[in-house]
Amino acid sequence: MEKRAHFSGWTLPLLLILPQMAITVIFFYLPASQAIWQSFLREDAFGLASEFVGLENYAALFEQPEYYRAMITTVIFSTLVAFFSLAVALLLATQADKNIRGGHAFKTLLIWPYAVAPAIAGVLWMFMFHPTLGTLGRPLNVMGFNWNPMLDGTDAMILLVLSATWKHVSYNFLFFLAGLQAIPKSVIEAGAIDGAGPVRRFWTIVFPLLSPTTFFLLVVTIVYVFFETFGIIDAVTGGGPAGQTTTLVYKVYADGRSGGDLGLSAAQSVILMVIVIALTAIQFRYVERKVQY
Amino acid sequence: MVENRPFAQFMAYLTLAIGVVVVAFPVYLAIMASTFDTATIINGNMPLTPGNQAAENYTRALFYGGKLAREPVSMMMVNSMIMALGIAFGKILISIISAYAVVYFKFPFRKTAFWVIFITLMLPVEVRIYPTYKIVADLGLLDTYTGLIMPLIASATGTLLFRQFFMTVPDELLEASKIDGAGAFRFFKDTLLPLSMTTIAALFVIQFIYGWNQYLWPLLITTKSSMQTIVIGIKKMITTTDALTEWQIAMTTAVLAMVPPVLVVIFMQRLFVKGLVETEK
Repeated sequence: MEKRAHFSGWTLPLLLILPQMAITVIFFYLPASQAIWQSFLREDAFGLASEFVGLENYAALFEQPEYYRAMITTVIFSTLVAFFSLAVALLLATQADKNIRGGHAFKTLLIWPYAVAPAIAGVLWMFMFHPTLGTLGRPLNVMGFNWNPMLDGTDAMILLVLSATWKHVSYNFLFFLAGLQAIPKSVIEAGAIDGAGPVRRFWTIVFPLLSPTTFFLLVVTIVYVFFETFGIIDAVTGGGPAGQTTTLVYKVYADGRSGGDLGLSAAQSVILMVIVIALTAIQFRYVERKVQY
Repeated sequence: MVENRPFAQFMAYLTLAIGVVVVAFPVYLAIMASTFDTATIINGNMPLTPGNQAAENYTRALFYGGKLAREPVSMMMVNSMIMALGIAFGKILISIISAYAVVYFKFPFRKTAFWVIFITLMLPVEVRIYPTYKIVADLGLLDTYTGLIMPLIASATGTLLFRQFFMTVPDELLEASKIDGAGAFRFFKDTLLPLSMTTIAALFVIQFIYGWNQYLWPLLITTKSSMQTIVIGIKKMITTTDALTEWQIAMTTAVLAMVPPVLVVIFMQRLFVKGLVETEK
């Protein structure tokens, strides 16, 4: 798309675009290219000299059992959060879409967790499920469940999934509701006239028509779990116990902070960049086309 | 509703009510915890009705700080506010002028410039933290507001949003302005800016929340406790050794940290939804 009328001149537009360009180059392209370059280098123990080692950093990375574990953790974490946050949001959105009184109030009461910082969401859930003093965590132990997210990896993961889902349902809910409201009522009425009940109508008419929204939200949710949940993980488990909740992003942070190998950390960053770019590309390519009826 | 089914109506209310309770319960607990003393919370039987320590806890948190994070929370809130406003205004400013250049001017490398900006949409700060950290350190911007704000306004969302909006502004407006003798600056100030106000407000709401809730970046580049933001401050109040954690102060701080962004969402809901849907993240 192009505008019919334009202003002429070069200097003014270049000046206008300069601040954005400068910030983008300094804080985006420079660090990103440095990460790529560094992933091919190895520094000596004192960080004084570095030599070009090709793909050795990547090879070393894929020999680390911890890296595979972080990968598996990330996949499990993303799958669970994506499934629960989409399912719960869809359930709530279909109910809020029914013509009920106070629908708007319900919407307000359901969307505000979007504004809560991930780290704070984590702290709230940790307090609630704290093994000795939590309002819900203590009863679990009294009932003999032996619940302790500080010591047990599975418990820690459950707690992370709960807090990450809690925070993200609001986002998915908003988009599902908008998607549902965009479906023409006539289509649903036609289904009803043909004798399809509410459940049948949902699965054969509404759900397929909603598929572009679902797919879009799936990608957004995965990106959310990959990156934004960093705050939740750091506040709740710190990647523990014994590294059992360390995701790929958390590992980049933890390895870098413990003063680990710069080349290895850069290689991890590059792999993450590739994953995000792939996800975004998939989203742009398929969201509008494939998943539509 | 296609057919009238009282039972379905009832189920809708029930499901939504359960949803609202589950969503609100963790925050309710935090608010309750902010009204008790340490002992009541530690022994594990915190009542679900408010205690009488609220005034004491909020005063202490706001003006004195906890035992572990010694800075008063009011100071952290000032830092968070500066960061959030800096990111929101900074992003709006640089992206509205660059979108104006891309849409309303013809200049060499216009397409290239657009793509250079557009690609940044794909990479969140989390994947390039250490190299970005190094650059910020080399520029001497550690522990400064500039260092906190600048790297986070490098993103394409704003530019794309304004570009999208400018494309919907009828060409006739520019043609009329040109006939009236308005230059690029006059057209921007008198015609385009007033039309963009809703878009600006929507972007502001989203960016304010984004800025206020930042975690990883401030965690890395602030070392002085006087530069801490409130979200980072809470993390420091909860330590591995439970005995030292002052839960009532931590929860008071959590409540304080949620107030500004949650109020923004509730009271500017229409703008918030618009911003969220149009920036699509």
